[in-house]
Amino acid sequence: MARTVWDSTVGKKTVMAVSGLVMLLYLVAHMIGNLKIFFGTEEFNHYAHWLRTVGEPFMHYEWTLWLIRVVLVVAVVAHAVSAYQLSRRDIRARPSKYVHRKKRADYATRTMRWGGVILGLFIVWHILDLTTGTVHPGGFESGKPYQNVVDTFSTWYGNAVYIAAVLALGLHIRHGFWSAAQTLGAGSRTRDRALKTTANVLALLLTIGFVAVPVGVMTGVVS
Amino acid sequence: MKLTLRVWRQRNADAEGAMSTYEVDGISQDMSFLEMLDTLNEELILTGEDPVAFDHDCREGICGACSLVINGDAHGPERTTTCQLHMRSFRDGDTIDIEPWRASAFPVVKDLVVDRSAFDRIIQAGGYITAPTGAAPEAHATPVPKPDADLAFEHAECIGCGACVAACPNGAAMLFTSAKVNHLNVLPQGAPERETRVLDMVGQMDAEGFGGCTLAGECATACPKGIPLFSITSMNKEWLRATRRAAKG
Repeated sequence: MARTVWDSTVGKKTVMAVSGLVMLLYLVAHMIGNLKIFFGTEEFNHYAHWLRTVGEPFMHYEWTLWLIRVVLVVAVVAHAVSAYQLSRRDIRARPSKYVHRKKRADYATRTMRWGGVILGLFIVWHILDLTTGTVHPGGFESGKPYQNVVDTFSTWYGNAVYIAAVLALGLHIRHGFWSAAQTLGAGSRTRDRALKTTANVLALLLTIGFVAVPVGVMTGVVS
Repeated sequence: MKLTLRVWRQRNADAEGAMSTYEVDGISQDMSFLEMLDTLNEELILTGEDPVAFDHDCREGICGACSLVINGDAHGPERTTTCQLHMRSFRDGDTIDIEPWRASAFPVVKDLVVDRSAFDRIIQAGGYITAPTGAAPEAHATPVPKPDADLAFEHAECIGCGACVAACPNGAAMLFTSAKVNHLNVLPQGAPERETRVLDMVGQMDAEGFGGCTLAGECATACPKGIPLFSITSMNKEWLRATRRAAKG
């Protein structure tokens, strides 16, 4: 069955849909977690510590967190590899362009590929910045996420990169969520408006929710 | 009407093609687009030039032979086939670009004619039902619920022209394949091959080198028969169901 799925264009789209939904679920949780920054240093840092103790005593310290990380890495890799292979195939299937060109599809649909590449690069920077602290602009301290976040968003490029990536994410989800529903066979004529609305609401909520943090630091609400 | 035509000319499958410009005069608004091309060809023949090759057959919008991309739109600006497109959709003095379907699975044979036999092979892979031949069975012997009959009919309208592939930014044949799969899969007559049909037809579609679906929706906009985009959703559902069943054995 795994072979049938992976060898088929429809199957690879299924892989993309499922991995995309897994990442979307994570993003909702991630955004809710981020917003705790507006309740002060103590609550935010306490939340970050709690993430490492989830599931105790059954799970050891950080086990749950690592489990989530493994699932996310698998999802990102599956999503990216499928996208790459399908894109290669799509380009081969339409080698010569029309002489008379027309602007096609909406912006979110046309930017899925490059938007995805931007998001992939962003994830690398984001982890090096706020998880490992490798490229962090201030004095990175692993137990003090509140100060780390403030440091990152106190630089112009930290804000620019983050906000650009979040906008790309919003567009990606707008087309991606609805597409995933079609790929998984959940769409229909009667359900289409509800699905499109859900996709737009999700995209908007996540964009606002994530952008709120750098905006909070810039305006001095978080400092 | 006087028109400037820019037409894709390509001697054969291996030759390099290019747009050639022609002027046509005395075109009536009541002519079909193909009649306008006939007029051009008559002039080309008189001047000893090679006439423009293009596919056409019934000229009443039901056979799916005509296949032109007109000003970047498969079958032109109206939602119909090229043969049912009339010159009243254009204005005197217009410049019209005419190109063949472009997809690697539809190689150009000559000028505006492409080889669409990839579609035939997709049909051969499962676009049929196994039924004993002989006299037509009594119409009421197999009851079909009205909504299913309507759904099957909606998909059965597909004439296999390939406009969906021509319009798709990925050169995908999802709308064609889904129309054919759904047409038979919703009917009791199609039930015995319900799983193998979708698996085999999607497999053949991939083997022909068509692209994948990114749900851009261009296919459904271009389709002269109005096959809905949700046809693809239904096929995905059928494919997933068949794959799960095949795994169970």
